Amino acid sequence: MLQWLTEPISYAFMQRSLLASLMVGVLCAVIGCYVVLRGMAFMGDALAHAILPGVAIAYLLHGNLLLGGLIAAVIVALGIGFFSRQGELKEDTAIGILFAAALALGVALISTIRTYATDLTHILFGNILGVSPGDLWLTVGLGGVVLATILLLYKEFLVISFDPVLAATLRLPAERLRNLLLVMLAVTVVVSLKTVGVGLVTAMLVTPGAAAYLLTRRLPAMMVVAAVIGAFSGIAGMYLSFYANIASGAAIVLTASGIFLLVFFLAPQRGILWQYLRRN
Amino acid sequence: MIDEARLEYEKVSVSYNGRPALQEVTFQVPHGAQVAVVGANGSGKSTLFKALVGLLPLRSGRILIHGQPLGSHHDCVAYVPQREDVEWRFPVTVEDVVMMGRFRRLGWLKRPAKQDRAAVARSLEQMGIASLAKRSIGDLSSGQQQRAFLARALAQEPHILLMDEPFTGIDIATQEATLELLAQLKTQQVTIMISTHDLSLAAQHFDLVLLLHRRVVAFGAPTEVLTAQALSEAFGGQVLVLENGAVVVDECCNFPEEV
Repeated sequence: MLQWLTEPISYAFMQRSLLASLMVGVLCAVIGCYVVLRGMAFMGDALAHAILPGVAIAYLLHGNLLLGGLIAAVIVALGIGFFSRQGELKEDTAIGILFAAALALGVALISTIRTYATDLTHILFGNILGVSPGDLWLTVGLGGVVLATILLLYKEFLVISFDPVLAATLRLPAERLRNLLLVMLAVTVVVSLKTVGVGLVTAMLVTPGAAAYLLTRRLPAMMVVAAVIGAFSGIAGMYLSFYANIASGAAIVLTASGIFLLVFFLAPQRGILWQYLRRN
Repeated sequence: MIDEARLEYEKVSVSYNGRPALQEVTFQVPHGAQVAVVGANGSGKSTLFKALVGLLPLRSGRILIHGQPLGSHHDCVAYVPQREDVEWRFPVTVEDVVMMGRFRRLGWLKRPAKQDRAAVARSLEQMGIASLAKRSIGDLSSGQQQRAFLARALAQEPHILLMDEPFTGIDIATQEATLELLAQLKTQQVTIMISTHDLSLAAQHFDLVLLLHRRVVAFGAPTEVLTAQALSEAFGGQVLVLENGAVVVDECCNFPEEV
């Protein structure tokens, strides 16, 4: 058993992959609490696909893929804020337009590359075994900044999410805080690129947070529980990937989904089973 | 001697979705007065409040608090929103909600200190919901939820308190608790504006009544404002004036108010 656990760690690439998936699991889960509570799942998905052209351009220019993705994601995040700000367009309409346009641009750019199919697969579903030391540092650094910001601005994000009217009364810069949250979401999506890929990152944003919501009554507790679920999914998913030889992103997401299902049925108070037993 | 005005609206016009919601509204609320804002659905009652807290921009005119324009005073206005404006499924306890009233006082990056927790405990006690402190806000009855929001407003220690329809859809006990709170805040010279559909309550419990129909129809003591003529002007065909002078206002159909 012990050997079963330690064997993957003897490979340097697996050490990096495990650390990266741990960081991504925690980061996605914590910011994912706001995604769940503010109903931003569609936004997260859109941001994930919107980074495609940035990644493609970086690839064509032989630049850093994460940096390319980051620039594209921040532009799209602020673009969605801009198009929906005046209330001329509903936010989900603005998201739909930008999301599809960016995805199309990304596919158009990537289709000019000869090894098109493999590269697109890696971007869509992650290629965690290709995490370089530089990628790992970037993941840990950016992830750390996002987590620290969420901690420091806890009060402010809580108020703009729970009660926008109070936020206005307190004269909080709600618009700027919302944009900051979008930019942090964009950073999170980009950091998750190598681990779960743009196609599956929404699951890591939403699933641990949704499970934690059913288990807790206060936001700080929800964030901690979500982080634990995210971290466990990241690590367990990597082992699953290593031994069952399946794509790492899919393994991580399936682990998180399994936990969600367990919680959905078995959670005290709000679980299906609990409610069934109480009724009888 | 006339009291110093705490709150002044000067020719305030506000649009909502491109349509005028308030036109050239001018009135002054003296120090510590309690004002009931009445009018038909869509007459701009909520808009009046939302303009004051900065949720809606002024198209023209200005609002002065203590003689200074909006934004100069950060923490002196508290607002108890309509029930529909709050996300009840949010994972916060009653205590968490009341603590939000302290956030502006705390400022950026600071955590609540002892005196903030004391203020929260005091406010909960005062509204009679201390025993509910650790409960989820979503699990409470609507009356208890309203008390939680009143406690939050108290924790804010405001100079001006705005309440949007606090008497709609609540139990008698909460209505009594709300009226008691109004009486108590009067002794503390807190200026209060509430919107309500209940004309008799407005007449009985408030110093001043503001009759609104996108503009000010009448403003003053209840007996001066609530006349057959003014009410007809504000409520249109919904008003029936009886021969003995009694006035009946029909508000059967509760249209959702436009902001």
